[in-house]
Amino acid sequence: MPSEKLTFEAQDLSRVFGHGRKQVTAVDKVSFKIKERDIVSVVGESGCGKTVLAKMLLRLEEPTSGQLLYQGQPIQQIEDKKQHWRAVQAVFQDPYGAFNQFFTIRSQLEASFHLFEKRPSKAEIDERVDAALLNVNIRPREVDGKYPFELSGGQMQRMLLARIFILRPKVLIADEPTSMVDACSRSNILDYLMKLKAELDMTIVFVTHDLGLAYYISDQIFIMHQGRIVEQGHPDQVTQHPESQVTKTLLEDIPSLHKVWIARGPRRPGNFGAPMAAPAAPPVLRR
Amino acid sequence: MAAILECDHLSLHYLTRFGDKIQAVEDVSFTLQEGEILGIAGESGCGKTTLVSGLMGLLIPPLHRTSGDVRIAGKSIVGLGVEENRKEVLGRMISMIPQGALNSLNPTRKIKDLAADMILSHDEHADKKEIHARLKDRFTRIGLDAAAVLDSYPVQLPAGIKQRVVIGISTLLDPKVVIADEPTSALDVSTQKSVIKLMFDLIDEGIVSSMIFITHELPLLKHVSDRIAVMYAGEIAEIGTSEQVILDGRHPYTKALMGSMLSAEPGQRQKKPVAIEGAPPNLGKKIVGCRFAPRCPSVQEDCKRDQQVLRVVQERLVRCIHAE
Repeated sequence: MPSEKLTFEAQDLSRVFGHGRKQVTAVDKVSFKIKERDIVSVVGESGCGKTVLAKMLLRLEEPTSGQLLYQGQPIQQIEDKKQHWRAVQAVFQDPYGAFNQFFTIRSQLEASFHLFEKRPSKAEIDERVDAALLNVNIRPREVDGKYPFELSGGQMQRMLLARIFILRPKVLIADEPTSMVDACSRSNILDYLMKLKAELDMTIVFVTHDLGLAYYISDQIFIMHQGRIVEQGHPDQVTQHPESQVTKTLLEDIPSLHKVWIARGPRRPGNFGAPMAAPAAPPVLRR
Repeated sequence: MAAILECDHLSLHYLTRFGDKIQAVEDVSFTLQEGEILGIAGESGCGKTTLVSGLMGLLIPPLHRTSGDVRIAGKSIVGLGVEENRKEVLGRMISMIPQGALNSLNPTRKIKDLAADMILSHDEHADKKEIHARLKDRFTRIGLDAAAVLDSYPVQLPAGIKQRVVIGISTLLDPKVVIADEPTSALDVSTQKSVIKLMFDLIDEGIVSSMIFITHELPLLKHVSDRIAVMYAGEIAEIGTSEQVILDGRHPYTKALMGSMLSAEPGQRQKKPVAIEGAPPNLGKKIVGCRFAPRCPSVQEDCKRDQQVLRVVQERLVRCIHAE
């Protein structure tokens, strides 16, 4: 027995869609180990198979070949999917798509208690929903009686995470949770993910196309390309000494502050900055 | 250097059903020079997208103009009717690459029909063959396999190509100014780079002359724009060259935005990104003093009392009396 427990272990895991000429191999014989209480980032461009991989971990897609173990047990052998989802939960890219727009947010957060084996009392539900909302820095009274469309994208994404604080799964699959929110809410969300790991001992699989975010948050990074994991390792290793050409390209394509990103063409006459004068006070209505 | 677009003390407000007035944009002034790319940065809900509607003259209720003027190539575009605006201004003078570009193509029509609509809506008598030749020429010029792309439905194309198609259609009529509202937020980093390259090429090739680029990705903004305006709660908080604003911001809000930025450079790992506490003010109410004061880390007594004006600090404009 290894000294550290493995949450997921995959051996030659594949997922193929379609048949014959239209056959597409979305995930192609990947092997990896995800340790308990680690944050693992799966990084790659659009269409590289990272979401399909995440869905297999959630049992929303069945693998076509290979083996996937959850806590040492083959994942197909878990009879009750609901039982799997008590332990493995997910947040997705589009929070509006994850909530039913015809019900209030609070009632939907309360509905997540259906997933538990034993439904707690009304008073306890209230208390736990409030606590979860406070965990993501939202005053519980602020969302009372509100519907999803009344909140901003950043707030809705935090509602998804509030659900995770209620359900307290062992594993969280976060599929691009930051791609629809602004930079400020993004750092908030990363903060909450780290809080989930630190306080609730959660294992987190973070799917993203931004190697910068992955570098910042993870303990281990997988780089995916055309269904294969082409490089995996510690974030410092992967970002500072990349071996695969795919990783190098991903790093180059992130606009960083100090490096030249795109060489400028012959287009523009030059300096637009100077000189500048303060505008006059606003005129009285002109029209 | 000629000014292409002048935004002159523009204020815009929304009128709600209950008669409340939400002042979404307050006294915004800037000029856009020929060949320039102006970046606009700010949090969600700071008025970026409302400002864009104003700049395009798209004042459709509940959005109303409070005061101010927008001139493109010297001609005022505010106060036109919706139909007149569509015929004269949109597409020809100013055009937009929308935020949800991937969802803005009608899935039931081929790209060539969608693109032909753009020409037909401005020139009803255009010849069909001529239109097709023109589309083919333009799509080839922006690096697409014109014949194949024009004959496809939107669902058949990958995201990066779809974004190129949207850019191609937006700039078909050679508008003077293009406004790109978060054009790459739905794309991965590699596709993003190629789309930005395309937008630079549009200026190099003389198809468009200037651009306004809106995003909250600050590192991206630094590479794309010549000047950057940082917006907060409907006002411009700071405006200067991209180096000045990104590397050496003077307004406390600009500094706070830089603090919440993440990048994959050595030494950044496990650095605590400093999210700005609190929320922007309610624009439905009259605001006394500096709008950023309740969230400002270096707030002082007079900030809460005095109306802030843009003033020159270190060769850029800053709306803060304590900036130096």
